[in-house]
Amino acid sequence: MSDSHSPALHHHFEDLGQQYEASNMGMWAFIAQEIMFFGGLFGGYAVYRYQYFDAFVEGSHHLPIEWGALNTVVLIGSSLTVALAVRSAQQGKQMAIFNWIVATMILGAVFLGVKTIEYSHKFHDGLVPGSSFLTYGPYTTAYDAAMAGHLKIFFSFYFVMTGMHALHMIIGIGIMVFLLVKIRRGAFSAEYYNPVENFGLYWHFVDIVWIFLFPLLYLIGGR
Amino acid sequence: MTEHHATHHIVPLKVYFLVFSCLMIGTALTVGAAYLEMGWLNTPVALAIAICKASLVVLFFMHVRYNTPLIWVFAAAGFFWLLILFSLTLQDYMSRGWETPAPFDFLKQVSGPF
Repeated sequence: MSDSHSPALHHHFEDLGQQYEASNMGMWAFIAQEIMFFGGLFGGYAVYRYQYFDAFVEGSHHLPIEWGALNTVVLIGSSLTVALAVRSAQQGKQMAIFNWIVATMILGAVFLGVKTIEYSHKFHDGLVPGSSFLTYGPYTTAYDAAMAGHLKIFFSFYFVMTGMHALHMIIGIGIMVFLLVKIRRGAFSAEYYNPVENFGLYWHFVDIVWIFLFPLLYLIGGR
Repeated sequence: MTEHHATHHIVPLKVYFLVFSCLMIGTALTVGAAYLEMGWLNTPVALAIAICKASLVVLFFMHVRYNTPLIWVFAAAGFFWLLILFSLTLQDYMSRGWETPAPFDFLKQVSGPF
């Protein structure tokens, strides 16, 4: 291979192919531990959902399906745009990478905006776990003590799982800012685009988490 | 240097848009299925659709289909360990109500005549 003097090649790799494989494998190792991280949350969710199924159905009915479905569409759309960004990177099209990354950032921001609307409704309705849970808002007298306690568990899972997911998206938007600067400096080419590819893997993983969160939180027990 | 890596496989645009369309249809099916009264089947159906969607993302958007066997192993390992986490946790919690009284008290039987 003729890339032994490529500026993108780090000195501890033999060639760009080896460097690419190492970076790709490292990213997949990171994603495997991310699967375990979210897996712990989903595991806890499964146990409590099994124990307090009625409360989970009731809690789920407080989540607006239309917002959840909209966010699913937005996030899958952002997965497409980031896939197109990686594809542009493979072809060395600088402007196209930049634009697709910007499109992904916009869709990510739309997702977080919708999440903000949903969260503020929960605060407004007194459905945020804590000392003020169900002490104000429209549902103060709707539930007995046991149901209220179990609902608190449901909403704790809702906020922790969607919150961790949203945190991953905020970090992802931060990484995209970094990528945009690198693209502007012409750091990527058809033979070296590992950071774009790895970011794509990260963003797709975040998309997969939401693909499971949406039915498991918003659609429990049907409607 | 042997060229064994599938590093620069450029996926045709058609494939990306096809996968995207399937994911959109899957989302519509998930929402539609939630409004059908299927009893206990609601959750398995929702999960089956979600697993199909996730597989499409992993195989095509994340390029695993075009990648080396080493990457297949890494990708599969994460989900395999997730399966272990779920099966071991749920076999405990789901079987806790299954205890039935023993047919007779063995200690009483043996202590009688002695």
